[in-house]
Amino acid sequence: MSTLLAAAGSLEPAARSYLSPTGQEIVFLLVGVLVLGAAVVSVTTRQLVHAALWLVVALGGLAVEFLLLTAEFVAWVQVLVYLGSVVVLVLFGLMLTRAPIGRSPDADSGNRPAALAVGAASAATLVTLVVDAFRSSWIDLSGPAGTTRLTGEFLFSHWVLPFEALSVLLLAALVGAIVLSRAKGDGTKPRPGNLRTVLTKTKER
Amino acid sequence: MHLAYPAVLAVLLFSVGVYGVLARRNVILVLMSVELMLNAVNLNLVAFDVWLRDTLHAGQALTLFTITVAAAEIGLGLAIVLLVYRTRRTAAVDRVTALGDRHEADDPADAAEEKEQAAA
Repeated sequence: MSTLLAAAGSLEPAARSYLSPTGQEIVFLLVGVLVLGAAVVSVTTRQLVHAALWLVVALGGLAVEFLLLTAEFVAWVQVLVYLGSVVVLVLFGLMLTRAPIGRSPDADSGNRPAALAVGAASAATLVTLVVDAFRSSWIDLSGPAGTTRLTGEFLFSHWVLPFEALSVLLLAALVGAIVLSRAKGDGTKPRPGNLRTVLTKTKER
Repeated sequence: MHLAYPAVLAVLLFSVGVYGVLARRNVILVLMSVELMLNAVNLNLVAFDVWLRDTLHAGQALTLFTITVAAAEIGLGLAIVLLVYRTRRTAAVDRVTALGDRHEADDPADAAEEKEQAAA
């Protein structure tokens, strides 16, 4: 444990302090405020399509945060996968379910006050905990930690089996999604589940 | 960089996600909030990976895996949402309450649907 902490260089308060933030910290803070603001707008706005677009801002800002933490490859994967495919899928979903363009007054359900209370409580608890726990921990950002070359090396020398298992999982999810959303060939439309009517119908047949 | 910056940002993002999951009515907005929570966890993983200087880079590898699983999750989730929408004409989580074994329809949409089925 002590070697771990020594390697992390975390217990040395040295010349670093809260009161003199480095340039990276300032940029991180500014982008963090942007990410947080976009996330809050995304979960509170009443315009459904705008929510998806604010999600783009939040996830793109997070990619910038990854870059600031020197995790280059993860940042680009974030841009490609989240901004490129997940948000497009979400927008497709919104349009296929005929989400209203413009304001929809019933975007929030009835338990909004309870949700607000739970969110605020978890934020307060976790912020207190995290600030108290990492009061004297500093990240050493010198040297590359996540360049594409380095990522490739550790991914394909130590993490090959999980990587392959994950590719199988992705394939299974893809096949599952196709099977679920495929239109039935014999023209029967999917019906609301009501066991008794289903049973009587099958008996009649 | 002080470790508290990414940790606090991740915590706040996660709380925003929790609020979104609990407060939203449209399923797709709930899925978006889940994405926010997953991203908060990703930020934590990357920050701790860089902090600990792990030789295996477990944090970053796990981040990449989380991103992949999130992509699979959103694809499968949207397929289910579309199926529910085609069946029940709604994407609101608090309207999809029937699990199947219920005889008497207790909301008007269900009643209309049952009447339609009886007529057919």
